[in-house]
Amino acid sequence: MTFLRAFGSWLPPRSVSNEEIAPLVNATPEWILEVSGIRERRYADETDTVAGIGLLAARDCLRKGGATAADLGMILVASGSSERFCPGPACEIAAGLGLSSTPALDIPVSSAGSLIGLILASEVAPRFGLVLVVGTEIMSRRVVLNPEGKNSAILFGDGAGAALVDAESGFARITDSCLYTDGASSEILSVQNGQFHMDGPAVIMQAARKIPRAINELLARNEIVASDVEAFLLHQANLNLITRVAASVKAPAERFFTNIGKYGNTSSASLLIAADEWRGEHASVSGPLVFSAFGSGLNWGALLAVPC
Amino acid sequence: MEPQARILKVLKRVTGKEIEPGTDESLFVSGLLDSFALTDFVTGLEEEFGVTIPDSDLSARKFDTIRKVEVYLASKA
Repeated sequence: MTFLRAFGSWLPPRSVSNEEIAPLVNATPEWILEVSGIRERRYADETDTVAGIGLLAARDCLRKGGATAADLGMILVASGSSERFCPGPACEIAAGLGLSSTPALDIPVSSAGSLIGLILASEVAPRFGLVLVVGTEIMSRRVVLNPEGKNSAILFGDGAGAALVDAESGFARITDSCLYTDGASSEILSVQNGQFHMDGPAVIMQAARKIPRAINELLARNEIVASDVEAFLLHQANLNLITRVAASVKAPAERFFTNIGKYGNTSSASLLIAADEWRGEHASVSGPLVFSAFGSGLNWGALLAVPC
Repeated sequence: MEPQARILKVLKRVTGKEIEPGTDESLFVSGLLDSFALTDFVTGLEEEFGVTIPDSDLSARKFDTIRKVEVYLASKA
């Protein structure tokens, strides 16, 4: 049995509005808002690193969870934008926490990486103990703000989120999950040679089917109706996609927490940033929580947690 | 009912519009479908024709016109 114990996050202070980037991509602020639901996003400072901002989210999470780095049995770090491929940011975050022997593993998957981390953590926590999951991204360096890149460059922001998965106690018990990979469509969403590539319409079509399917699978298997779910916490990819998922699973749209309007799409960090913000607004949990994400790979899935 | 008429029935239901697009008219260029609506269109086609359309076939090219949809569905029969 495993539990969600705490979330944490860190976002760069620099806010970048649609008005600032619209002229660079030959678009209007209104168009950006209409196609994405994004009003502004955060950009990291040039001195920030993927591991560095991940470390800040990790510390925030440990503080909120009443834990210390010495309590950790494993660290899992998801990122699709790390400056160095191998070794990735996990070992740097572990070192930043003062740890010299705790296993720290990378999950180099954008967008869905932190969901993969949560699911893996729920499986390994009984053996390794307290697991810290971090999603950290500086995607603003992987896109080009020009007219050719406008369909993807407008979406992304930078930030980091974190979660503690505990084998002994927490505010919600992880009861089920599902995780899938379909490599046949890997070319529609990738980071290659330092640049983000996306076939937007193809990604939307895939995500709009796969995310509801994963959520419905978990709900059906656990005999939970969508309207009884307290909160759906999704990768914040696109507000229109989240609205579409809500309609597909026949749940009230207001149950789908969103903060994409102010942070943009922070890729693998977004699920945990959203979870941290939602948790900050809900001291107590009274109903099931559903987490879901879709991203490069293609990887997608969902995780179910219920109040303790 | 002929396949084209059944395809049009699904299209009208998904778009909520009483439309009569030409057989070879692009449903995307005309604005009747977009990436989000295509998923609903495909789900509607699955229900109407009793077929399973795999995610790997989700391509605007395959569903761009009523004729292409008809050819695609015939290949699934």
